Amino acid sequence: MSATSASSGGLVQTFNRNKLSWVGIVLFMVLCLIAIFAPFVAPYGPIDQSVMTRMRPPSMEHLFGTDAFGRDQFSRAVYGARISLSVGVVSVFLGMSVGGLLGVLAGYFGKRIDTVIMRSMDVLLSFPTLITGIVIVALLGPSLTNVIVAITVTLIPKFARIARAPTLAVKERAYIEACRAMGFSHARIILFHIVPNILTEILVMASLWTANAIMIEAGFAFLGLGVRPPTPTWGGMIREGFEHIFQAPWMSIFPGLCILLAVLSLNLIGDGLRDALDPRLKQVRDMG
Amino acid sequence: MSAMNDWAGRYRAPLYILRRLLSAIPTLLAVLTVIFFAIRTLPGDPALAILGDTATDAAIAGLREKLGLNLPVWRQYLNFLTGLLHGDLGTSLVYGRGVLSELLRVLPYTLALTMASILIGTLIGVPLGIISALHRNRFIDYVTRVLSLLGFSFPVFYAGIMLILMFSVWLPWFPVISSTSGSFGDAVHGLVLPAVAGSLGLIAMITRASRSSLLEVMGDDYIRTARAKGLPEKTVLYRHALRNALIPVVTVIGLYFALIIGNSVLIETVFTRPGLGSLIIGSLDNRDYPMVQGLLVAYAAIVIVVNLLTDLTYSVIDPRIGQS
Repeated sequence: MSATSASSGGLVQTFNRNKLSWVGIVLFMVLCLIAIFAPFVAPYGPIDQSVMTRMRPPSMEHLFGTDAFGRDQFSRAVYGARISLSVGVVSVFLGMSVGGLLGVLAGYFGKRIDTVIMRSMDVLLSFPTLITGIVIVALLGPSLTNVIVAITVTLIPKFARIARAPTLAVKERAYIEACRAMGFSHARIILFHIVPNILTEILVMASLWTANAIMIEAGFAFLGLGVRPPTPTWGGMIREGFEHIFQAPWMSIFPGLCILLAVLSLNLIGDGLRDALDPRLKQVRDMG
Repeated sequence: MSAMNDWAGRYRAPLYILRRLLSAIPTLLAVLTVIFFAIRTLPGDPALAILGDTATDAAIAGLREKLGLNLPVWRQYLNFLTGLLHGDLGTSLVYGRGVLSELLRVLPYTLALTMASILIGTLIGVPLGIISALHRNRFIDYVTRVLSLLGFSFPVFYAGIMLILMFSVWLPWFPVISSTSGSFGDAVHGLVLPAVAGSLGLIAMITRASRSSLLEVMGDDYIRTARAKGLPEKTVLYRHALRNALIPVVTVIGLYFALIIGNSVLIETVFTRPGLGSLIIGSLDNRDYPMVQGLLVAYAAIVIVVNLLTDLTYSVIDPRIGQS
């Protein structure tokens, strides 16, 4: 787990050599651009209904076909990218900030603070991720904010664990000793001398968990625990499509491919980053 | 001094197991406390939920009394813990039966699904990982790695729906709704698609873990020794390398157990199967809080026990673990 030994130059070079990670980056960028410029990309409004074109199979007019209300599935998928990507990015950012900070504090101060923080994280980790999330959304009520809160809560203990281990290693270094001898405050040492040194490891995990967060959000929406209809989400579209799986299979196939592409792109990026960071980390991947 | 060392050596493994068991107790207690208070912050009055809006105030007050909801919170908390010790998880508001008996009724379905997924994951993942490692950086390795990336990236419910579409709708080989009644053969037949859907991520994970671990082991000194002795490559691989290379696979399965148990919520919804997952979704919908509480206890118990077993299995396979 000696992430800090990888110099940034070597890191970029190894990452560059991995062509698949570049495929991932390009794919993710394209999806982000589609989400940002959704009104210009989508040929129809995401909630425009049309009685005349109900459950039409894919055609040049309707690339992904239409649903039971005659809504254009391609336009809905384009707008759906906004929800999936923003939930993924925002909840991972929040989970990384809170969880990462808790992990650093636990590792840096040790002793009782470490015990309290990490035991609390163990409690959170004692439930399957999806179950914790479902109960939190049910407790708070289904909405975009609450989905983000639920996913953030499940990510916090994972980031805490990832951040704690390298903090333990870094704080023993001579230059941290020097910082202390010079009378730097704990906040200054943590923010400017510990965090930058463990950031790469956390960022690798962040890209992999953004992929997971997108899958979890889709799962919530599929269970009817996501953003309320008629706002389009990929998981919600699959939920609606599954009811018509016999007559209109395209209603489930295409939104699922969107999730698959988004998740795949982030996994490609994460894998590339991890290989560049430390080949020995290849098999380490937190789950659950 | 040497007597001390002997003693420590002989009892190292049992001591480690005992210490590990004891360390699970505070976690379990904290988990139970969190569950208890989380359930109590859920909106709605359980008595009102059971009796419905038309109930009289007197009836509601009476039921609140009977459910122990008028007691101070610490009293309720103690009752919850002592109830647990007696195997009493309360009464379901919807089924009117004990939470524990309802739990035990559906548990086998979820466990069967989980075990079948793990079985498929191991049977496909380990050979794929070995093939991939033996053909490192060649075409077949490349294909396997891309496939395992796809396996990671497939949302489990989407995999389930696509399997239904392919093998129930287009090719009528398997039932759309996973049968739970009927003969053993029917049950297994109905379990195939759900288990495959649940195993995709695990196949990917095990393939990767066994590939990288085999590659690492093959570079070790004792493998070079075995080769230098003139042992045939097959013996080196199967007798020496594989046994050690598969240790991380055990950990992967242990880590993955919680994920599969959690994913069963989605799989059971897609295939309309009974189980812990469909029970918790139904109970949350019906605001059946004693049932939700019982289910959370069950989930936590399963995860904690599996983590314990993973640690212990690991320490048995690799005796160095307990030493630190």
